[in-house]
Amino acid sequence: MKTFLAFVTKEFRHVMRDRRSLIVIIGMPIVMLLLYGFALSNEVKNSRIAILDPSKDEVTLALVQRLDASRYFDVTEYIDRPEQADEMFRQGKVRAVVVFQSGFQQSLLHTNSAAVQILADASDTNTGNTVSFYISSVIRDYQNELLAQQKLPYRIQVEAQLAYNPQLKSAFNFVPGVMVLILILLCSMLTAVAIVREKETGTMELILVSPVRPWMMIVAKALPFLLIGLVNIGVILVMAYTILGLPMRGNQFLLVAECGLFVLLALSLGLFISTRTDSQQTALFISLVGLMLPSLVFSGFMFPLENMPKPLQVISNIVPTKYFFSILKSVMIKGLGIQYVWKETLVMAGMTLFLMSMAIRSFNIRLS
Amino acid sequence: MSKKTIITTQNLTRTFGAFTAVDAISFEVYEGEIFGFLGANGAGKTTAMKMLSGLLSPSSGEATVVGCDVYKQAEAIKRQIGYMSQRFSLYEDLTVDENIQLFGSIYGVKKKELADKTEILLDQLEFKDQRKTLVGALPLGWKQKLSFSVAMIHEPRLVFLDEPTGGVDPITRRQFWEMIYAASAKGATIFVTTHYMDEAEYCNRVSIMVDGKIAALDTPKNLKKQFNASDMNDVFLKLASTSKIRAI
Repeated sequence: MKTFLAFVTKEFRHVMRDRRSLIVIIGMPIVMLLLYGFALSNEVKNSRIAILDPSKDEVTLALVQRLDASRYFDVTEYIDRPEQADEMFRQGKVRAVVVFQSGFQQSLLHTNSAAVQILADASDTNTGNTVSFYISSVIRDYQNELLAQQKLPYRIQVEAQLAYNPQLKSAFNFVPGVMVLILILLCSMLTAVAIVREKETGTMELILVSPVRPWMMIVAKALPFLLIGLVNIGVILVMAYTILGLPMRGNQFLLVAECGLFVLLALSLGLFISTRTDSQQTALFISLVGLMLPSLVFSGFMFPLENMPKPLQVISNIVPTKYFFSILKSVMIKGLGIQYVWKETLVMAGMTLFLMSMAIRSFNIRLS
Repeated sequence: MSKKTIITTQNLTRTFGAFTAVDAISFEVYEGEIFGFLGANGAGKTTAMKMLSGLLSPSSGEATVVGCDVYKQAEAIKRQIGYMSQRFSLYEDLTVDENIQLFGSIYGVKKKELADKTEILLDQLEFKDQRKTLVGALPLGWKQKLSFSVAMIHEPRLVFLDEPTGGVDPITRRQFWEMIYAASAKGATIFVTTHYMDEAEYCNRVSIMVDGKIAALDTPKNLKKQFNASDMNDVFLKLASTSKIRAI
């Protein structure tokens, strides 16, 4: 036990003494979160749109005014012919063009219908989609107001409700995603390098000829990073709640416990990598490049898993981030309890145990 | 003088794939002696030493170290020996004090005892002022002396020194050997490899490895007589030149 404590002390000293790395470790999540939370968002704010409005009547003017007033759009251009729309898109002047039919109000009054066409620049798929969705909503809102004034006998009203995230805030998706990425990359990288470094400097040899047991070394290595991981979680959660306005709907203890479990999982992964590699570069490369891509692709953070081909869906089952991302969204945003995430939790716990025991097993007691 | 053995090997062999690094060596080291383990680079010294210290498992043959079998009781061996590697291997980002504390605790030295020992050790090394210095900032010679002291912190019966004086200046080398003698006088057995032939003269007995085999083993005096050489350098050159690997 004393040996173990001495070892833990030593590991903490290593971490605390390396101030520069410590700043990076604590600072990186903050920077990434701010970057993703604010700068890199897929929301459409103040998108420029053009209007083709031949009639310029009461109704169309009201609609245009509404579009312009909303914080999503700025009406910057007016065009006279439909062909001009292409030109607008080519020059990148606008994201969308709203085309009213000629004699819009007349048509509405006499035939009870009038047509609006939305042309969106879909070269950026996401934005194209969102913009056209937003424009339709603005128009629908207006129409509903009109309908409310003049009672009609029949009407079918489609009302879409966006549960949990009515404003489609991208932070709701990005923050959990960034959390997942930061935690797995940072924690696995830190531990992966930690053991390999001792192999490189030769101190490992001295430890191996000593009576230190492999599990002591492994656990002692993981402890300071577990603490750092927990600090990072705290910082991220507080920032997400206060600055980015993310809801914390679920039980906080459950949330923190799940985060802790995921950090342990990432640490075990790092330890496993480090027992299997011989240089810091290799360890770093594997943990960074090897983990980054699958973590990003298979977490469901950027690409929906349901749309992937079957083989890829199967592969995604062994990627730890998939489970944690799903847990985070369930607990944080939907406010669900353990009864909805116990399966994912169990998978993560199993993975942690497996990796940890593999790490201890493959930790070569004898240099060869 | 009755001689108790502390290391006994019988046909100890280690192969790496098709290459035989250590080829059926059999020898004994007696309790309390300074045993020089010589050989050209690649002759198999380090491999043999790793097997004896429980770092590497032998491919075949027998070996008993401090009364323990190297196959079955590697952990028991580790507790009773000291080891100093040819690469400096204390923690450079820890202070002198912290390194001593760490290795003292690893070898189960009691707290009070460790504190006393640390004082004595720092006194002997004249390191009192450096106890809070990061080890990485010390000159190489100092590091090696500290490294040796740390290897001896739990007063092992047997200590392995793998080229402890490589790259160290002559004065420090001299001081280092004084430390070795002091430890030996207290009863510790010293198993040392070196490339300096003047150091070989300081040993009680010397073995010279060539191509994984022990080509000669005796006191420096007898070896010189046997090979009709004026000094150990001559003995070494005569033996090492028989190497088949070198001849190619």
